[in-house]
Amino acid sequence: MALVTDLINLNLTDSTPKIIAEYIWIGGSGMDLRSKARTLSGPVDDPKKLPKWNYDGSSTGQAPGEDSEVILYPQAIFKDPFRRGNNILVMCDAYTPAGEPIPTNKRCAAAKIFSNQEVEKEVPWYGIEQEYTLLQREINWPLGWPQGGFPGPQGPYYCGIGADKAFGRDIVDAHYKACLYAGINISGINGEVMPGQWEFQVGPAVGISAGDELWVARYILERITEIAGVVVSFDPKPIPGDWNGAGAHTNYSTKSMREEGGYEVIKKAIAKMGLRHKEHIAAYGDGNERRLTGRHETADINSFSWGVANRGASIRVGRDTEKEGKGYFEDRRPASNMDPYVVTSMIAETTILWNKS
Amino acid sequence: MSLLNDLINLDLTDSTKKIIAEYIWIGGSGMDLRSKARTLPKPESDPKKLPKWNYDGSSTGQAPGEDSEVILYPQAIFKDPFRGGNNILVICDAYTPTGEPIPTNKRHAAAKIFSHPEVEKEVPWYGIEQEYTLLQKDINWPLGWPKGGFPGPQGPYYCGIGADKAFGRDVVDAHYKACLYAGINISGINGEVMPGQWEFQVGPSVGISAGDEVWAARYILERITEIAGVVVSFDPKPIPGDWNGAGAHTNYSTKSMRDEGGYEIIKKAIEKLGLRHKEHIAAYGEGNERRLTGHHETANINTFKWGVANRGASIRVGRDTEQEGKGYFEDRRPASNMDPYVVTSMIAETTILL
Repeated sequence: MALVTDLINLNLTDSTPKIIAEYIWIGGSGMDLRSKARTLSGPVDDPKKLPKWNYDGSSTGQAPGEDSEVILYPQAIFKDPFRRGNNILVMCDAYTPAGEPIPTNKRCAAAKIFSNQEVEKEVPWYGIEQEYTLLQREINWPLGWPQGGFPGPQGPYYCGIGADKAFGRDIVDAHYKACLYAGINISGINGEVMPGQWEFQVGPAVGISAGDELWVARYILERITEIAGVVVSFDPKPIPGDWNGAGAHTNYSTKSMREEGGYEVIKKAIAKMGLRHKEHIAAYGDGNERRLTGRHETADINSFSWGVANRGASIRVGRDTEKEGKGYFEDRRPASNMDPYVVTSMIAETTILWNKS
Repeated sequence: MSLLNDLINLDLTDSTKKIIAEYIWIGGSGMDLRSKARTLPKPESDPKKLPKWNYDGSSTGQAPGEDSEVILYPQAIFKDPFRGGNNILVICDAYTPTGEPIPTNKRHAAAKIFSHPEVEKEVPWYGIEQEYTLLQKDINWPLGWPKGGFPGPQGPYYCGIGADKAFGRDVVDAHYKACLYAGINISGINGEVMPGQWEFQVGPSVGISAGDEVWAARYILERITEIAGVVVSFDPKPIPGDWNGAGAHTNYSTKSMRDEGGYEIIKKAIEKLGLRHKEHIAAYGEGNERRLTGHHETANINTFKWGVANRGASIRVGRDTEQEGKGYFEDRRPASNMDPYVVTSMIAETTILL
């Protein structure tokens, strides 16, 4: 058994200049990640220098069988924590052979918004808090929970330690280092309120890279759970009842918000967000109505509210932002299964480009 | 167990000049790989300089007991990823003591075709997409499938990730690096549509080396599954019903096809293949009729058709080949248990010589 690991861990840099590039894309459901690997003749660090590729879209619900090629455009490179050496992970988006983004490609439209001059000028920063739940593989019940039963009520688990309070830390810690190795801007991790639920944060990341980094962090997480024999769920309310849901709170600031007088800019931005509450909610993840109930540190899905240090609001402003008169705010509405390309670009669009008319 | 691994992983280059050469050949069924090792006095990189050897053909269904010696002619050398150092794997083919290829030796006739001047001139390139299924050892049921039951239907598994979608990736990834280390032209891997099924691609390789490299890659794969305690199957339809089969799609081009105006050459070549459909099918692997049904991204075994980007055709031409007016085409008919010596040389013969 150890000999398979010897082969997996072979350092090829002494044997060959060739590298392995794992091309990653989002499949037909909008949440299923797919990937396959190819050999390249030497190391590459610029995505523009990577060849386009294609895949069988008829096998992912993204093309018909008689015209099945979907083209992959490489967009971002990260170091491969599984293969190491000079091997890479490549985040891609998907196009028809004629060069049109396929319907499930949300990155293309987001990239357009982020390259708008008004938006570029504001250098939008994002910090995304990705929550997720680990499940036992064959029974799809949270990791650490007794089969056919429940653990003690929430209370001891948030940031908890100990074999009776923290379930799956090896995955979380492996993921943290793997992401740092890969070059992802992972800023922290913590155990969540519901046992078996965890969170990692990515950011601050600028513009389109927030989405790229979050998707690759999700990819690395699911590859690690695959190795650990555990299933990762991004469902926003995996267990109904008195158990917290899982969100992807999105922290946001623009240049104007980060400078003197920024607090006024923040308040104006939040007001605009309030006027587009329904549109944002519709794009913030499927099944979010099961999570945004007004309880368990959420605001009800039908109300828009904001407040300083208020975890029961739709948007929370930190006390330090209020004190310093500048900073950022936290949109707590997005669900854990949101698409970061959609959410980040929509927040930029609403707060920078959209006018009440 | 760790002391055994220490010994397996001993680097002998400091202790001795001697190397170990693992001689590999194909047994009597045409799909069973066999190998045995011998010590050589020093490193060697030219197969012509390696000594011929022999084996007991009566134990592999390739010779009678009273005249059992079959001679091994070394044909290709690869670095040994299991022994490391200067140790090597040697792909061989088999001959009688009087120098005739034995009946199961398909390499010999293929090499003749590839050394034909008309064929050599065209520098035929091959890219072979080898699919295979991993099975749990004692029950011969696909890896990751519940005992006595089935996983959820196909959909999530193609290029999928996660413990509920990808079964056996450590074998696949170990194989990828091992082949690169060995010097095999492995160009990629992916998870396949049926859970527990995978694919690797070898190429572009020229002429006879395509067959040598695919056989060496198959050998390395089965040695790795042996370590992992898992069984590899090259059956073209391991599970009947609504589950994809396993193929060995063979991508092909000649110099003329890769040059300006190549698309016309490609179309002519495809026509010739269409006229010999039955002959090719007969040589494209046993049991292929269970796989080529017209469903599950195959064309029916009795029909020959081709199309651009059409995965339901016998032969598929990629969109970029169509767009650029030159390139290559993909013969999707060969089964996973095809003999690459037979398939590659037959395609060259039909398209160049006939």
